[in-house]
Amino acid sequence: MSPRGWDVPADLAKAPAGVPDPASTPVPAELRREIEVHMANYPDRRSAALPALAAAQRVHGWCSPLALEQVAAVMAVTPAYLESVASFYDMLETSPVPAHSVYVCTNISCSLCGADEIYAEIAAAARERGGGQINVRSFECLGACDIAPMASVDGVYVGPLSSGDVPRLIEDILSGAPVLPDRQLARMLSADPHANSRQFPEHPTEGAGGGLASGPDIDPGRAGGGLAIGGERPGPTAPLEDM
Amino acid sequence: MAASAPPILLFSDIDEPGLATLEVYERRGGYDSLRRALAMSPEEVLAQLEASAIRGRGGAGFAMGKKISFLPKGGMDKYLVCNADESEPGTFKDRELMQKSPHMLIEGIIIAAYAAGATRSFIYIRGEYALQADVLDAALQEARRAGYIGENILGSGQTLSLVVHRGAGAYICGEETGLLDSLEGKRGNPRLKPPFPANQGLYKGPTLINNVETLSTVPAIIRMGGAEYAKLGVETSTGTKLVSVSGHVQRPGNYEIELGVPSREIIYGLAGGPPEGRSVKCWFPGGSSSPVLKAEDLDVPYDFNSLAQAGTMLGSGAIIVVDDSTAILDVAMKVAKFYRHESCGKCTPCREGTNWTVKMLERIDCGEATPMDLEIMASVQEHITGNCLCVLGDAMAMPIGSMIAKFREEFEEHIEMARRRLGAGGDADNELALAAQGTLEAPSQTLLGFKGEDDEAPGEHDGAPGTNRGGTS
Repeated sequence: MSPRGWDVPADLAKAPAGVPDPASTPVPAELRREIEVHMANYPDRRSAALPALAAAQRVHGWCSPLALEQVAAVMAVTPAYLESVASFYDMLETSPVPAHSVYVCTNISCSLCGADEIYAEIAAAARERGGGQINVRSFECLGACDIAPMASVDGVYVGPLSSGDVPRLIEDILSGAPVLPDRQLARMLSADPHANSRQFPEHPTEGAGGGLASGPDIDPGRAGGGLAIGGERPGPTAPLEDM
Repeated sequence: MAASAPPILLFSDIDEPGLATLEVYERRGGYDSLRRALAMSPEEVLAQLEASAIRGRGGAGFAMGKKISFLPKGGMDKYLVCNADESEPGTFKDRELMQKSPHMLIEGIIIAAYAAGATRSFIYIRGEYALQADVLDAALQEARRAGYIGENILGSGQTLSLVVHRGAGAYICGEETGLLDSLEGKRGNPRLKPPFPANQGLYKGPTLINNVETLSTVPAIIRMGGAEYAKLGVETSTGTKLVSVSGHVQRPGNYEIELGVPSREIIYGLAGGPPEGRSVKCWFPGGSSSPVLKAEDLDVPYDFNSLAQAGTMLGSGAIIVVDDSTAILDVAMKVAKFYRHESCGKCTPCREGTNWTVKMLERIDCGEATPMDLEIMASVQEHITGNCLCVLGDAMAMPIGSMIAKFREEFEEHIEMARRRLGAGGDADNELALAAQGTLEAPSQTLLGFKGEDDEAPGEHDGAPGTNRGGTS
């Protein structure tokens, strides 16, 4: 990771920017509304800095000077304050990046399972076939060592990854399809053999599957990685979904 | 395996379809504990939590009841912050809890806030957990509509607001004071303690900070009664604990165990141990910042005090297993590089110490180190420990120090082999043999400034070795 913010000299000849004038700083209405909603959540409006910068990054692609100015105008803070914040956090980009992001975890657990090789392969594939649209980064522990080696693709966790998955991963990103559906974390069942009694109470009414995380799309036979405990523990199976 | 099935509090039917919804959670008895708690006085709820003797599940293991009792009494604004910035390498238990049972966490937060007298609460969730934050937001909306969050909760006159706050990728924000600064909209630099957050935390108000798992356990404690909960586990470590097992094991994942079970039972019994034909070389019992243990320590009971007696710590409850196919130097390098990257740079011992440790490890790997460097590296670790505002530096110093102490011979061997490879006292045969092993590639940028020469046979360019560094595993 480059020491962002440390080795970039400041332009001392330039006057420091003050709080932008809201009247003369156009801000997209949707972005303004979102930032204002965030500010209302906290006793101190500055607490909205991270969610506001994240929102601006979604609009502008990165925390560009224009993005910072717009956030600063709505939050009534200086752009420099926001830049000090943006330069601290790995997920806020302080230079332009491609539209899609692939964070490959290369921390200890993933690395023990071959993440460095997978990272090299994904980076090479993105260079060759990504058309400049895919930003591949090696990332610190993403908190999914149970599906090591893994990656977060535009925020969606997938793993365990092997060399064979790399071409499909790149294709899915470029075509806009769900990335490696059979490898997504959202579908994984608990590894703990005692976690599920398999005697879930009956659900007499509809609507039980409304949760984002669980529901009918849970795949009982999740793939790879030794996560499932074989046939010993089938987990919630089809009949539950029919109820 | 134990003869009887272990008690399961947090992971009971965790994969039940729809558990993330209010409807299924309530059908299962969800929010009954909240009703029971609101029928008690805050002091009575606190007494239950104190009787449970539950220790914080985030890393430090501080008694939760005691932490709440440190908050001053009185009518000032008090805050509850749930630390969901799960970033300790190897830890992924809170992720599964939040994703699959978000209402359990929300219920725990409401009860804990009631006991602490807090009227505003926040879940600080790491930005990478997008799915989990979405699940929490959806659950929070349901809880608000049902009257569990907001003004006059269930007619009790209690008020609590709850906001899911997403971080943006910084390990240090899991440190409680770094988290508070980040939540206030600043860079996540840790603060000097004291004052402790219980006195002066978020927005300078008294603040209770607890981990996701700790708060998620609160409904079970109220349901069972604190005294009954305290019968689980062992005397100084009560209750059940989620353990994240990863690395070289056959069945990585989260397991709910009763504290005090032999570590071997978790690593081999539940997680299946290392792959066929390999054996445990070392293991981190509590995330990458805990001092490593060796195979002979596998029978240490998995609880706070037993692990402390073994010279390490339970930490966040993340076991990382390293088998005998991996060089200890590679493990040390990964750990050191992580902490170098995540050091916020505020305190010199941490900022410089993590950087120099990485440089010295690279020196070992490329054959420029002497055995004396191990002493220097060990002393660097000692000089970090206890000398910074927060424990990030210690979090590197402890495991690296333990690796040097426990695997000294392997480090020395690595130094010697890499030195011979570099050509200092080695002959061509030796070099070729080492190159064939492929385990001793040197970094692409060494202190002597060799440029990478790809993987060509060493010695072809004026005796300079091939210095292209491969992966570290």
